[in-house]
Amino acid sequence: MERVSVSTAVIAVRRTVSLERRVVLGSLLVVLGLLDALVFGPFSHGDAVFTFTLTGAKVSVPNLTLAAGPVSEGLGAGTVVLGLVYTGLNLSKIPRRLVAGACLFAFVVAFLCWSDAGRISLPFVALLATTMTSSIPLILGALSGCLCERSAVINVAIEGQLLFGAFGAAIVASAFGNLWLGLLFGALCGGLIALLLGLFALRYRVDQIILGIVLNVFAAGLTGYLYDAALVPYQNRLNSPATFNPIKLPLLGDIPILGPVLFDSTIFLYITYVIIALVQIGLFSTRWGLRVRAVGEHPEAADTVGINVIATRWRNVILGGLCAGIGGAYLTIGSVGSFGKGMSSGQGFIALAAMIFGRWTPLGAVGAALLFGFSTALANILGTIGAPIPSDILLMLPYVATIVAVSGLVGRGRMPKADGQPYVKA
Amino acid sequence: MSETILEGQVAEGEGVPPPSSGEQGDGSGPEGPQGRPVHLALLDAVLQGNSVTVTILAIFTAMVVGGLLISFTDTTVLHAWSHLFSAPGNAFAQAWDAAAGAYSAMFEGAIVNPHTVAAAFHGGSIAAVFNPLSETATRATPLILAGLSFGVASRAGLFNIGAAGQFIGGAMIAGWIGFAVHLPIVLHIVVAVIGGFAGGAFVGWIVGFLKARTGAHEVIVTIMLNYVMEFLILYLLGLTVFRQHGRPDPISPPVASNAVLPHLFGSTLRVNVGFLIALAAAGAVWWLLERTTVGFQLRTVGLNAKAARSAGMSPERTWIIVMLIAGGLAGLAGSAVVQGTDFVLTPQIYGNYGFDAITVALLGRAKPGGTVLAALLFGALYAGGTQMQAQTQIPVDIVTVLQSLIVLFVAAPPLMREIFRLRATRAAGQTEARGWSA
Repeated sequence: MERVSVSTAVIAVRRTVSLERRVVLGSLLVVLGLLDALVFGPFSHGDAVFTFTLTGAKVSVPNLTLAAGPVSEGLGAGTVVLGLVYTGLNLSKIPRRLVAGACLFAFVVAFLCWSDAGRISLPFVALLATTMTSSIPLILGALSGCLCERSAVINVAIEGQLLFGAFGAAIVASAFGNLWLGLLFGALCGGLIALLLGLFALRYRVDQIILGIVLNVFAAGLTGYLYDAALVPYQNRLNSPATFNPIKLPLLGDIPILGPVLFDSTIFLYITYVIIALVQIGLFSTRWGLRVRAVGEHPEAADTVGINVIATRWRNVILGGLCAGIGGAYLTIGSVGSFGKGMSSGQGFIALAAMIFGRWTPLGAVGAALLFGFSTALANILGTIGAPIPSDILLMLPYVATIVAVSGLVGRGRMPKADGQPYVKA
Repeated sequence: MSETILEGQVAEGEGVPPPSSGEQGDGSGPEGPQGRPVHLALLDAVLQGNSVTVTILAIFTAMVVGGLLISFTDTTVLHAWSHLFSAPGNAFAQAWDAAAGAYSAMFEGAIVNPHTVAAAFHGGSIAAVFNPLSETATRATPLILAGLSFGVASRAGLFNIGAAGQFIGGAMIAGWIGFAVHLPIVLHIVVAVIGGFAGGAFVGWIVGFLKARTGAHEVIVTIMLNYVMEFLILYLLGLTVFRQHGRPDPISPPVASNAVLPHLFGSTLRVNVGFLIALAAAGAVWWLLERTTVGFQLRTVGLNAKAARSAGMSPERTWIIVMLIAGGLAGLAGSAVVQGTDFVLTPQIYGNYGFDAITVALLGRAKPGGTVLAALLFGALYAGGTQMQAQTQIPVDIVTVLQSLIVLFVAAPPLMREIFRLRATRAAGQTEARGWSA
């Protein structure tokens, strides 16, 4: 009797929460629409021009010229209607996501119209291409987080793994003059931090959040020390690596718009594609992934059926470290070349946020990482065309978005059940 | 729950769960087996690797590792090692010299420099003798406050990674009151310090409020708020209101002399009233935690939020209160820096305080007394590290390495026991850890 009443209470609570969420999210969409129509629309003077072709492309796509004001107002009106629909109708999952996605897209377009109206044209392809490249370390870091946390080891040390990977890759690539060796060593350096993470988390059962933070401090201190002690005096020999050249894939690279964005980049982007696929398929479609998830959700049960819990966690922690190490290597030999003190500049923490934003799933994490990459790329490009919004405020947005996301507006993520709990064999 | 992490080692070391005897671990030796002489019981307590022993061994081990790092990145040393077989003594002597030179320079910069003492006997300045100690206290001031911020939150079971953001919030308000408002001398200091507390407390409140109302995890929210605040101060320093007149770089006008924290011992020693504020804050936090109802609720929620709720306490209310206090303490650290040592706001004003706060509090086991001692140790390392860099050209970043190693070793008592062959205690291997969820 009592049990029945409790479960009805739970259902009742869930229903009200979902209604409340619908109202909150719906009104958020309406606010976005009003912003489009009442701020971006009236304050846009002139046309916004978007270019879709990079210089030297085989197929040229005509520029898109939009009358910024009217377009923003139209999009805003549409968004308001969609927001009301969202609140009024109890939509099922897929239409709900489509509606939310359309509203966000309209907001981005209106925003771009407003920031570009009456200025030089906005290089849209360059914007997307920069998004992809600046997402590489975020994606690889977030996947490192996924790999670790799916086996229930919290990885806050992504920042340290990126930094150490960047450091190792620069030194080896510079000293041996071989980029591939640098890439390999960068991955191994990420793995080294993962080794420490595994040692202290799995063997000595140190609290994993604290451990991750301390490892980040350690990586920052050690690379900072070695930078001043060895890289500055021997700059030419140890810290002047070459960088990977972009590889344009045949045929695919010539596709208009998509080609230069997705298929004309350094080896790092292609490695990232492969790793995304491997992690997603590996975790959800293979026996290995099933075991990893079992260890992450219910280690006792996994142990009972003969899975070695500690060994599985070790394997995932190391794999994650190698992943993030490659992401770190990108920061030096994939992008700027030489190593600089603290050059990961918080990207490991953004990767962590992306993983949580993406609800502990590889594809979700990739999506969130791309979102963060987009806002960084946008801040850069808007800075160059002299947009009316301060870049600091723009750079702040992804962090605010993450706070909004974890506050439950975008739905609460479900983490692996045993996340962060050390396993002691009974 | 967090309290068990931070004090887990204490409990582990002594085999009893002591809320009070933790700070003087090896003094409580007589608890040994009945009939054993006190000195043997004392030896037992030391060998069993209680918290004080582990802390001392951790500091020692970190210094050894740091020394090796210093030795083997020194070109003279590496050169000597390349002649290892022809002159083995030289290799070891050079390695020893490099490390010993670095550490003695550090000691001279942090505690006392024999040369200034000798000079003082021959009519030199007395203040110069105390300069290293003054530097240590000055460096320790924001560390104490920021460490208390992390510590007090962790006693309520919250990980406050946001000291950097709260620090910026405090520094911003204190700095703004300092340079934009005109008040009489003592009042100006007080108002600016209170403003600093309020600025930090507001940033902390956001975290507590979101956690209480929506369940948003404080680790994520604090990390994100750090970045939001970093960009906010960068943005504000770009505005004319915050920009120093005629400067192209983002830097604020200097704080008015009325708002500057006065020096304690004359103008040559930098140690200022901020140090007293920090010590008073440590005392206040101790009083709050150990002597008030709020403190009791806070610790109860930290140990077991569910039990606290069924006892009629409100974890949500506690989270908001504790984040207000924690944010305020980090804000005070910001005010101490902007009113005590830096005098201007810059985009990098938060320095490394956010993570230093965590290492300080972890080493101090989240207790006010321990935090003050840990902050003094790290303050000494920073003061000494600066001197060491000037004297021996060894990069000051070695201090960060030492700091992280110390905390890493303190957090892993089983490792220390393995290295030093200490006996395991009854509760060995029970280090508690928690996940993302409190």
